[in-house]
Amino acid sequence: MSASAMRIALVGNPNCGKTALFNQLTGGRQKVANYAGVTVERKEGRFLAPSGRTLHILDLPGTYSFDATSPDEAITRDVCYGRYPGEAPPDLIVCVADATNLRLHLRFVLEVRRLGRPVVLALNMMDAARRRGMVIDVDALSRRLGVPVVETVAIRRGGAQALIQRIDTSVPAIEPADIDNAGIEQLHAEVRSILADTVTLPRDTAAVDDAIDRWVLHPAFGLLILAGLMFMIFQAVFSWAQPVMDGIQAGIAALGTAVTGFLPEDSALHSLLNDGLFAGLGAVLVFLPQILILFLFILVLEESGYLPRAAFLLDRMMFRVGLTGRAFIPLLSSFACAIPGIMATRSIQDPRDRLTTILVAPLMTCSARLPVYTLLIAAFIPDRTVWGIFNLQGVVLFTLYFAGIFSALLVAFVIKRLRKDRSEHALIMELPSYRLPNVRDIGLGLWERALIFLKRVGGIILALTVLLWFLSSFPGPPEGATGPAIDYSLAGRLGRLLEYVFAPIGFNWQICIALVPGLAAREVAVAALGTVYAMSGSDDAVASQLGPLIAHSWSLATALSLLAWYVFAPQCMSTLAVIRRETNSWRNVAVAAGYLFGLAYLASLATYQIARALS
Amino acid sequence: MRLSDAPKGAKAVVQSVTDAHPADPIAQRLRDLGFVSGEPVRLVARGPLGGDPLLIQIGSTRFALRRTEADRVMIAVDGAA
Repeated sequence: MSASAMRIALVGNPNCGKTALFNQLTGGRQKVANYAGVTVERKEGRFLAPSGRTLHILDLPGTYSFDATSPDEAITRDVCYGRYPGEAPPDLIVCVADATNLRLHLRFVLEVRRLGRPVVLALNMMDAARRRGMVIDVDALSRRLGVPVVETVAIRRGGAQALIQRIDTSVPAIEPADIDNAGIEQLHAEVRSILADTVTLPRDTAAVDDAIDRWVLHPAFGLLILAGLMFMIFQAVFSWAQPVMDGIQAGIAALGTAVTGFLPEDSALHSLLNDGLFAGLGAVLVFLPQILILFLFILVLEESGYLPRAAFLLDRMMFRVGLTGRAFIPLLSSFACAIPGIMATRSIQDPRDRLTTILVAPLMTCSARLPVYTLLIAAFIPDRTVWGIFNLQGVVLFTLYFAGIFSALLVAFVIKRLRKDRSEHALIMELPSYRLPNVRDIGLGLWERALIFLKRVGGIILALTVLLWFLSSFPGPPEGATGPAIDYSLAGRLGRLLEYVFAPIGFNWQICIALVPGLAAREVAVAALGTVYAMSGSDDAVASQLGPLIAHSWSLATALSLLAWYVFAPQCMSTLAVIRRETNSWRNVAVAAGYLFGLAYLASLATYQIARALS
Repeated sequence: MRLSDAPKGAKAVVQSVTDAHPADPIAQRLRDLGFVSGEPVRLVARGPLGGDPLLIQIGSTRFALRRTEADRVMIAVDGAA
């Protein structure tokens, strides 16, 4: 083993700051937040030490014990024991412990000791520990544990300096001690004795945590605060974004006119740029502000430590319907995107709870649905105030989100009923200390989200839009044809064919065409509608006018039916692929796709027929 | 007394964790988390719906435990035997 290839693993209890340290060392940008189970995968990075050596740093999921109870904990156990496929055990273990939570975290340090590999203990969150008036005798702690101990503040620039110096020099292997063979009671007794000798602790918890929790976890106010918070998010997504969206829309329209102005009106290039690019991509790009506002709220909630509290408040209800409070965080992430949401279910211990959560996660309204919802709501729902304070459009959006949540609960309940294994499900969830969200982290998180969205627009959405433009343009109309050219194209014919299936739920052939590329990603449907309508003859139809255009040509029943379709339909191949990867079963993919399409069709059928009967 | 029956806010000391069935992983995890004989615990809050789950403080850590989980932990409340 050469010194240049030294491999260092970061291990420790959940939510002690391993990933923040990893980012600090490697310059990485892995997700950090304030709840147990953010990291569910093994992540690798490189770090060039001051001595010039390259160190390989492994970031591992947090675990309370090597006696793993969930898939993410098993990864950490396997890597540390050298059982992880294709990977030698790490040369050095950096055991990270939350200095404010040593009573719990030191026991795991003693467990890591038993591996007999070189260990360095990083006492993280030392800033918070000092604020609480804790005094830790680091030298004495190091002597008692038999491992080098350094202090770190992973979220502060330069906060890992002591750790860097320590791991850059050689760390001695551990001397075996009696404690390595002790039982669980003795381990805890040892921790108590070490703490008594090395740590002065004025009080067990931060006073501010107690004060906030008295309100936030209050039986009545707690639920009210949670409901108010959720409702405020949806109102904000609609009302705050509007001015910026108007600006983007005007910008795209101006750019489209400027670029295509030089081209002859009847050329193919003019059509590709105007109908394909500006009408298609522009229609999607407009939704960036809304997506960022949604993420702003999610990121702030994640960093604050509130999410596990919400899980606590809702556990009983979620348990009743066959889920678990632990499912709250994966399901909330699914409001951003079902893919990270489904991956986050790895922190759910019970395999039954995990599968149920995975199957209902696509029902949470992901940010890719926002463009579809907003387009239709803005076109068909009047922008007026109801009951004095609420915006009607915001209320409809909230209803759509709620429909997703409600059906997820219903589906989970059905799954629970169908299940034969009725043995006990575990919760056991840690509630972290509150933390003030870091403005820089939130900013970086939003920046990453914006990049991801723009990459989607410039990648898959662009490719499909151009492809759709070709399919809608060729073959061209025969001599003497009277209707719009798209009627004779491949896409037009396909749309007319699909119309037979979708006519009962009120979809016209333009919607049918848009649904097909919309299978790759939901927002594509909006881009596709933009292109299809631009191709259908209305030459002045650019991005900004897709809304008024459909408001003019669709019935309200059709619009509502399409909204209902999007609450359920699994119009996202990546989600189905991640279900396959996380459950390792095509059967689960078939079950998910089958029930979601089924519900979508039924919901749209009911919506369309009822709306038509009423109007 | 079971931890699940503890009065809210009262200080108590863990006596033991009992396995609900042989090789009970929930009991094992509770012991790993520090629910062992002699450890001080406190019931901080109860969930809003049906008083479930329970918020338990042990050391400086707070855990949400369902009643069925807290049932495994036997405690002695200070001042009462």
